[in-house]
Amino acid sequence: MTSEKALFIVFAVIAIASALNIILQRNPMYSALSLIGTLLSLSALYLTVRAQFIAAIQIVVYAGAIMVLFIFVIMLLNVPTVQPQIEKQKGLRYLAIPFAGALIAEMFFILRRVPPRSLPVVASALADQAVGTTWSIGVGLFTGYLLPFEVTSVLILMAVVGAMVLARREGD
Amino acid sequence: MTNLLLEWVIKTIVILLILVTAVAYVTLMERKVMAFIQMRVGPNRVGLGKFKLWGLMQPLADGVKMIFKEDIVPLQANRWLYIFAPALSLIPALMTFIVIPYGSEITVFGRTIQLHVTRMNVGLLYVLALTSVGVYGIVLAGWSSNNKYSLLGGLRSSAQMISYELALGLSIVSVLLYAGTLDLVYIVEQQSVWPGHMGWNIFRFPLMFVFIIFYIASLAETNRTPFDLPEADSELVAGYHTEYSSMKFVMFQMAEYLNLITASSIATTLFFGGWNGPFVGRLPILGPVYFTIKVLALIFLAMWIRYTVPRFRYDQLMRFGWKFLLPASIVNIIISSTVILFWR
Repeated sequence: MTSEKALFIVFAVIAIASALNIILQRNPMYSALSLIGTLLSLSALYLTVRAQFIAAIQIVVYAGAIMVLFIFVIMLLNVPTVQPQIEKQKGLRYLAIPFAGALIAEMFFILRRVPPRSLPVVASALADQAVGTTWSIGVGLFTGYLLPFEVTSVLILMAVVGAMVLARREGD
Repeated sequence: MTNLLLEWVIKTIVILLILVTAVAYVTLMERKVMAFIQMRVGPNRVGLGKFKLWGLMQPLADGVKMIFKEDIVPLQANRWLYIFAPALSLIPALMTFIVIPYGSEITVFGRTIQLHVTRMNVGLLYVLALTSVGVYGIVLAGWSSNNKYSLLGGLRSSAQMISYELALGLSIVSVLLYAGTLDLVYIVEQQSVWPGHMGWNIFRFPLMFVFIIFYIASLAETNRTPFDLPEADSELVAGYHTEYSSMKFVMFQMAEYLNLITASSIATTLFFGGWNGPFVGRLPILGPVYFTIKVLALIFLAMWIRYTVPRFRYDQLMRFGWKFLLPASIVNIIISSTVILFWR
């Protein structure tokens, strides 16, 4: 077993365990922290497939900026530690089973359609040059994917302006 | 492969030891500089027996004292997060240093050794990522202490760091436009072009102004005066670490001084040519010496600012960050790209 595979297993287990912890915890602060754990181990997984840029951006943007805002909000709301059991809509609980079943069925369908062995494996020395570097992503963004990139940025700008308009109080 | 691994392990351990010692002595330096600016003598008693040694043993005495303090966990605190928070703020601070080059390469026992622990093509982003993870230590310390001063300190700190991270990141963009890479080793090598290895970025046209923005933003990121609102003693007791004592408190202090050292090292690397200096091409061992001198000079500058400039008010801090530093760094990006486009 190569060291990369060992690292993959370690971080995959951490990612799944903390992802489970997000939904199992009652305290929102612990859930948010588990989400950070998931994001960090995902970033480590990106590193094992030599996508350094994506790994760094994953931490800077998601773990560093967005999750800080989440924790900020949780701190400000000051939720009580003992959560009341959420028992309002009991009917929804039984709906969860068919939905989860459908999701798992879809997953198996996709896995059967694309057997993992058929994915092209790039030679590791070449992959180091080609896939995850800042240079290759920059070139990709500003040549082949220029239009989607610009459209996305306009979309984000619209979201920012919309948020400001919505958050502004009357009479300001 | 095993040789390379061994080299990494040795380098990492050496860097770790140097950093921890440096942190101890930066605290002494801080007290001495403060005393100098306030026309006092400063700590000068603790030495080895009869020899006073200008108080050089003071950090050691401080450390021993802190270890023997009672370690208090408040009853109403969130126990696990309270214990976890100092580690979360110290570990990223220690991890940052592995991408910073402190010399070119030297030959020891017939073996060429690169004077940096590792190089990666996202070196600078790695540093930024670790800085943004370091916020959690402070935020969680403030929240888990279950104390209103701590909570306010943590909130202020996270707001401040998010705001100034933007200006910091955007001011770095101008340097990256010149360098064309995120690899810190390569950025330093590019600055050794002029005669005498003096092609530092600080001597290039828009970059000298970028440095001012970068330096102010990095002072805010490291929570130093005039941006030390997270622990403003006169209003918040001690901010996010009000409830901490003993070694947990020391870990926060260490993280703070480590961040100061890292910020100064990054400034040296990006703007002051890293290990570059006269004769460094002929005598590569001078590299670490130049690097240390520059870093110490920048640390001294930070201390000088700390004891001369009063603290900002919170609204002033936010207005300064969002309405001055951020637009200024965006303007700088435009100027730098124009200069690069037409004059290079």
